[in-house]
Amino acid sequence: MSNYGNGKGKPPVTGEEDDDDEEEGNERDLEAWERAYADERSWESLQEDESGLLRPIDNQALHHAQYRRRLRSLSAASAASRIQKGLIRYLYLVIDLSRAAGEMDLRPSRMMVVAKQVEAFVREFFDQNPLSQIGLVTIKDGIAQCLTDLGGSPESHIKALMGKLGCSGEASLQNALELVHEQLNQIPSYGHREVIILYSALSTCDPGDVMETIQKCKKSKIRCSVIGLSAEIYICKYLCQETGGLYAVALDEAHLKELILEHAPPPPAIAEFAIANLIKMGFPQRTAEGGISICSCHKEAKLGGGYTCPRCKARVCELPTECRICGLTLVSSPHLARSYHHLFPVTPFDDIAPMIVPNQHRRPKTCFGCQQSLLNPGNMPVRCVTCPKCKQFFCLDCDIYIHESLHNCPGCESLRDSKSVA
Amino acid sequence: MTPVSSKQYADDVSLLMVLIDTNPLFWSSTATSFSFPKFLSQFLSFLNSILLLNQLNQVVVIATGLNSCDYIYDSSLSHTNQRAETLLQKLEEFVYKDEKLINKNDSVNGVGSSLLSGSLSMALCYIQRVFRSGSLHPQPRILCLHGSQDGPGQYVAIMNSIFSAQRSMVPIDSCVIGSQNSAFLQQASYITGGVYLKPQYLDGLFQYLTTVFATDLHSRSFLQLPKPVGVDFRASCFCHKNTIDMGYICSVCLSIFCKHHQKCSTCGSAFGQPQTSNLKRKAPDNGND
Repeated sequence: MSNYGNGKGKPPVTGEEDDDDEEEGNERDLEAWERAYADERSWESLQEDESGLLRPIDNQALHHAQYRRRLRSLSAASAASRIQKGLIRYLYLVIDLSRAAGEMDLRPSRMMVVAKQVEAFVREFFDQNPLSQIGLVTIKDGIAQCLTDLGGSPESHIKALMGKLGCSGEASLQNALELVHEQLNQIPSYGHREVIILYSALSTCDPGDVMETIQKCKKSKIRCSVIGLSAEIYICKYLCQETGGLYAVALDEAHLKELILEHAPPPPAIAEFAIANLIKMGFPQRTAEGGISICSCHKEAKLGGGYTCPRCKARVCELPTECRICGLTLVSSPHLARSYHHLFPVTPFDDIAPMIVPNQHRRPKTCFGCQQSLLNPGNMPVRCVTCPKCKQFFCLDCDIYIHESLHNCPGCESLRDSKSVA
Repeated sequence: MTPVSSKQYADDVSLLMVLIDTNPLFWSSTATSFSFPKFLSQFLSFLNSILLLNQLNQVVVIATGLNSCDYIYDSSLSHTNQRAETLLQKLEEFVYKDEKLINKNDSVNGVGSSLLSGSLSMALCYIQRVFRSGSLHPQPRILCLHGSQDGPGQYVAIMNSIFSAQRSMVPIDSCVIGSQNSAFLQQASYITGGVYLKPQYLDGLFQYLTTVFATDLHSRSFLQLPKPVGVDFRASCFCHKNTIDMGYICSVCLSIFCKHHQKCSTCGSAFGQPQTSNLKRKAPDNGND
């Protein structure tokens, strides 16, 4: 392997780039500033206005425009037919660890980038869906294996994934779907069955007819989504179309993160897919401080600080969980409350263009939520948004925060008319 | 949200968001030894002592009224020698406006409930603005001085605020000046890692405030602060509002019932049968704490 110490040569096409690992300048193939030209092509993000002068890139407005497009498309879909959301989800994440996952077009390798994003996704998923469960499946050497069973604890999944990162062999879509289908058939009927496949390979090496497997999954009402890392493949597109999932191909790491986190909030539930049922759940109390008991999850004696199953009085360490002795699902009311914002979403705010309107003096000068000034230094109004219900004005950042994290409109919450007194 | 620890600057600089309860129904029911003017004088002394602890400390006061909420005071915007005057003037304007919004036809049981969810949401928006201002910013926390009862209609909104505060790692401290414990504030302080206190002797409120709530977050690890006792996380059933140990949850809308039903009263789903797609979703009458 030739020496690129002078930094002038181009890297080889096969991508033996270990420049991310080394810090010393003369060991690396390309300096970081050179990478910006060779690989990232930073000049493509500049824009010109009509007279050919460079326009400064307004990142904030771009970010906000992108966010509002996404919000509009989501709300249009859900408002049109009042689609319910699948709140109790049983999701399998299928990670392709075939030879194609070792490609280095994403630094340091596709597999490592996928593992990092999966970790972020698992945490976000349990934050938004506390009653749901995830299982991990890997495809390696043409065989699909269950890495972890369906469970509700993010740490165990992440630990198992990080321990088993090695790629080789072919990818087999059919084997993965067969395994997932078999596992998801065992779950209760009120749960929504989902699969997300992170596919790096460009082909699939199957022992039988993959179309039959796809039809089987469709009949079992499993919603399969695929996120491709290389190029669009017809069979993945067909799978997603048949089962009602989403198919997208990631362009770079940031795009991959966006695509995978799109699956964290509950998807619109197709009503026939899951039968509504009453699920028996227990709400345990905290055990008295200072009481010693043997916990049923670790099988060792612990002092105080756990929860007691109301049915069989076994001690568990954390919630939500399933009691190992009697099988009752144990949750606390905040876990249920975490999902209520999916049922009562905040209405999207309306854009107010920063035009000079005759009654401009009636516009408030500060954002209702954060008191940030809504006027530029030259007293010109900036872009802002307004809530259609309470008519208060908010800045763009509050708009994003309210819809993505807070899920309450401060203006509507500060109005008595929508509340009941005591 | 990115963790707060990556954005710290000096260890002991704090931004304190205080949410004071100005519900006139509550204040007219307290004992004469603890009237609103007496409370305010102790409160203003507390604010001054916070600002004395560190030159860079910042205090923002939001009033939780019966019919509205608003910002009353921001220490970064006003001059140092007119603090009390500006605060009191704005507070008076706010209370006057709030009173005008009372609907004469509403009947109120007891002291009523003020709009805690509104002021919590506003406080959190302000804190997000502080986070956006760069990596050098004070450590924010929220202190609720609350006396009114919990309004069951605000449960979902308050829980949303609590979870958002938990994600941004902002503790919510509560000092309950009413006669009963507030289950919402107990949960808020427990989930976000704040301190919950119901002082026994309200005449000495200043002493409680300065010893328990004045320290910054970094120093709290060296202090023995009141520990949470008996936070009840059991849910209440939607049908009778009783607290239950074991119940049934609708898999579609997560409403809680104590007995087996044929149909969910909140979302209308029939249990045990495949649903049709044109279901009506009614607004729920949730009341769990």
